Amino acid sequence: MSTLVDIRALLVHRDRRPVLKIDHLAIEKGRVLTLVGPNGAGKTTLLLVLARLLKPEHGEIFFDNKPWNSIPELDYRRHIGLVMQDSLLLNCSVFENVAIGLRYRHFPKDEVTRRTDKWLERLGISRLRQRSASQLSGGEARRVALARALALQPDLLLLDEPFSALDRSSRQNLQDDLKTILAGAKITTVFSTHSETDVQRLSDRRIELDMGKLAVYD
Amino acid sequence: MLFNNPDLWEITLLSIKVSGLATLISMLIGLPFGTLLALNKFPGRSVLLTLANTGMALPPVVVGLAVAMSLWRSGPLGGLHLIYTPAAIIIAQVIIAAPVVTGLTAAALQALDPRLRLQLLGLGASRMQMVLSIWREARLQLLAALMAGFGSVISEVGASMMVGGNIRHQTRVLTTAIVLESNKGEFTSAIGLGILLLLITFLINFALTWIQQRGANR
Repeated sequence: MSTLVDIRALLVHRDRRPVLKIDHLAIEKGRVLTLVGPNGAGKTTLLLVLARLLKPEHGEIFFDNKPWNSIPELDYRRHIGLVMQDSLLLNCSVFENVAIGLRYRHFPKDEVTRRTDKWLERLGISRLRQRSASQLSGGEARRVALARALALQPDLLLLDEPFSALDRSSRQNLQDDLKTILAGAKITTVFSTHSETDVQRLSDRRIELDMGKLAVYD
Repeated sequence: MLFNNPDLWEITLLSIKVSGLATLISMLIGLPFGTLLALNKFPGRSVLLTLANTGMALPPVVVGLAVAMSLWRSGPLGGLHLIYTPAAIIIAQVIIAAPVVTGLTAAALQALDPRLRLQLLGLGASRMQMVLSIWREARLQLLAALMAGFGSVISEVGASMMVGGNIRHQTRVLTTAIVLESNKGEFTSAIGLGILLLLITFLINFALTWIQQRGANR
């Protein structure tokens, strides 16, 4: 299987302190990689580096066999879709939230509507289309955040603890839906979690981070 | 009696024009500068934030004195021949209102979840698109900043008096006219002008509040 992201000798500092050190990590195309580890292990840091929102101190990263630095930052960020913890929706309607990334890319209006409606439907939230994001439950908000990233049809989907703080049934339903979507669309995905159940249900490969280093690499 | 005064509409119109323009210019300065202070970390940022916050409490009469000294014929900007013109009042009022808009803009944007910026960038926003999105997100507070800026200049008298000179048909505005009428012992007229000033302030703030609350209910 070909590699989408190849990370070599990565070192990330925060407040002049090393927080992430990875000698080598390859993320294969179309597969789902899980990052597990305790709080402060470096999971979110790695996701932010992969989203190119955090600059590493040094290291080589290749995206689709191209050196990272050769791809303009905005072009690169438009290959990815990021879902951060806590959903972080904008104070507008569900439709506008899901459409925002498409609008950033200046998609034609019809295409924005078509894609947004498609992903609202696939995530089972079409009925919430006109509802204000501030009136959503935690589970609904998480689905909107996922639809917002998936509507971009990203080459690399980055999910930071996408099921945290959800009740058991919402968690299970969302896992099932996401599993179907990721299997169908073959989107390369990296997600962080504390839960081994998430790993078992969704993951093709699992890596464990501890104190900013790869502890276990399945 | 008050409304029979032929100067009244001229004074009222000049007040709205001068303070409206000063607020607009203050917004053009304060919005980007407040955003810069809120979103970026750079050496001297705390000092600039403190200066903006201190500027929010600038005594108008001190601003008037400084601007008058600069614009007097013997002053460094005397060659511009702006002293005792509406332009001089606008300059003084911009110095009063710009720190208010800057400080409140910075506070409004700092109150947003800092991860929201990363989330928007992670959805493919350019820096400018990210800034426009967070302005939209903080629109209620930004409108409040605009209202505070307008309030600080429509009601000030010290600066307008010092740099405008309260010249009939040229630089007389509502606040300086109130002072003049009071000094002449024409208290009925002064009270009438005061009520008119309050009414204008109310109507403008009513319009802005209506826009603000319309945004809040979306």
